[in-house]
Amino acid sequence: MKSEFTLKPERCKGCGICVAFCPRQVLALDTLGKVYVANHEKCIACGQCELRCPDYAIFMDKKVPKKVQRFDETTGLSITVEEVEK
Amino acid sequence: MTERSYEKFFRQNRLPHLWCPGCGNGIVMKAIVQAVEKKLGWTQDNTIIVSGIGCSSRASGYMDFDTLHTAHGRAIPFATGIKLANPKLNVIVITGDGDCTAIGGNHFIHGCRRNVDLTVILFNNNIYGMTGGQASPMTPLGKKATTAPYGSIDRPFDACKLAEAAGATYVARSTAFHVQHLTKMIEDGLDNRGFSFIEALVQCPTAYGRRNKIGEPAKMMAWMRDNAIMKSAWDKLTDDKKTGDKFPIGLFYRAETETYDEAYHHVIELAGGAK
Repeated sequence: MKSEFTLKPERCKGCGICVAFCPRQVLALDTLGKVYVANHEKCIACGQCELRCPDYAIFMDKKVPKKVQRFDETTGLSITVEEVEK
Repeated sequence: MTERSYEKFFRQNRLPHLWCPGCGNGIVMKAIVQAVEKKLGWTQDNTIIVSGIGCSSRASGYMDFDTLHTAHGRAIPFATGIKLANPKLNVIVITGDGDCTAIGGNHFIHGCRRNVDLTVILFNNNIYGMTGGQASPMTPLGKKATTAPYGSIDRPFDACKLAEAAGATYVARSTAFHVQHLTKMIEDGLDNRGFSFIEALVQCPTAYGRRNKIGEPAKMMAWMRDNAIMKSAWDKLTDDKKTGDKFPIGLFYRAETETYDEAYHHVIELAGGAK
C-alpha cells in the first residue's frame, strides 16, 4: 500500500466527488452513502480525493518508504533497501 | 494521520457544515484558510472574515477567526469600516454572486472604486441557492431557475470585468475544480495592497445543477475542468474558438494605486491627527 486513509464518516455526505475523480477507482460509496476504501492496493497516493473533498471527510497520507538494512545472499554484502510498511 | 494544519482555522464544533452534498463552497473555504495559513504574520487574531447573506456567506460561521456575518449585500461596507477603524487588520470578505452583484452591487463597485484594502472572494454558484434557486445576475443565458422556468433571458454580469472597470487593483478567477490554482489566486490577492477580487466558480448541484440537468456534483466539476482555460492560453485563442461554455481563469488585472486607508490617513493628518 502506498497510502494510508483516514475517513471521517460523520463529515461525509456521500457526494461522490472523491469517487469520481479517483484515477484508479480506489474509493466507493457504501449502502449508507458514505465513502469507503474499496481497492486500497490500486491507490497511487495522488491525493485527488482529499484535494477536492468539500466536507473534509477523507485524508490521504503517503507512506514514506523506510530504509532497512538487509543481507544480500548473492553478493554476501549488507545493502540498504526501501521498504513500505504493509 | 497527522492532523491537517488548516483544521485549526475551522470551528470544529460547527462541522460538518450545512452545505448540500457536493456543494463547492467547502472546497473554496478550505482554499481560503490554506492561503491565509501561507501568509506570514496573518493570525486568527489579526484576520477578520466578513460575509453577507447567502449560502456562501455561511462560511464565516465555520472559520475560527474574528468573523462578521452581516446584512445582505453589505459585507463590503462593514469590511470598509473595520479597515478604516483599524488599518492593521487583514480583512477578507466572503460573498456570493447574488449578494455581491445584485443586492450589494452598488457597494461592490464603490469598494472597487475606493480601492479599499480588502480581499473579496466571490463564491459564484450561478444561482440564489439558499432561497430556492431564483435566477441571480450571474445566471448564464438560457439556464433555468425558479424565476426563469424557460431559461434566463437576462444577460449575466462578468464580475471580473466589472471589478476591473470599477477600479479594483487585483482581479482573478478560478474554480472549485482547480483547487491549487484557486489557493494561489487567493494567496496573491491577500498579498495585494488594495481591493483584491477573486471569483471562485462553485458547483451548486441542488438548486442549479439539478434544475438544469447537469447531473451530479462531480459532473459539474468535470464541466469546469473541460471549459476553464488558463488566461495565457485564452489570450492566444482566436475569437471563433472562444465559443460555447469556454471561459478564462487566472489573473486578469493587477495595478498599484493608493489605498483608501492610506488616503484617509492623509485626511486625518490634515485635520490635525487622531490624538
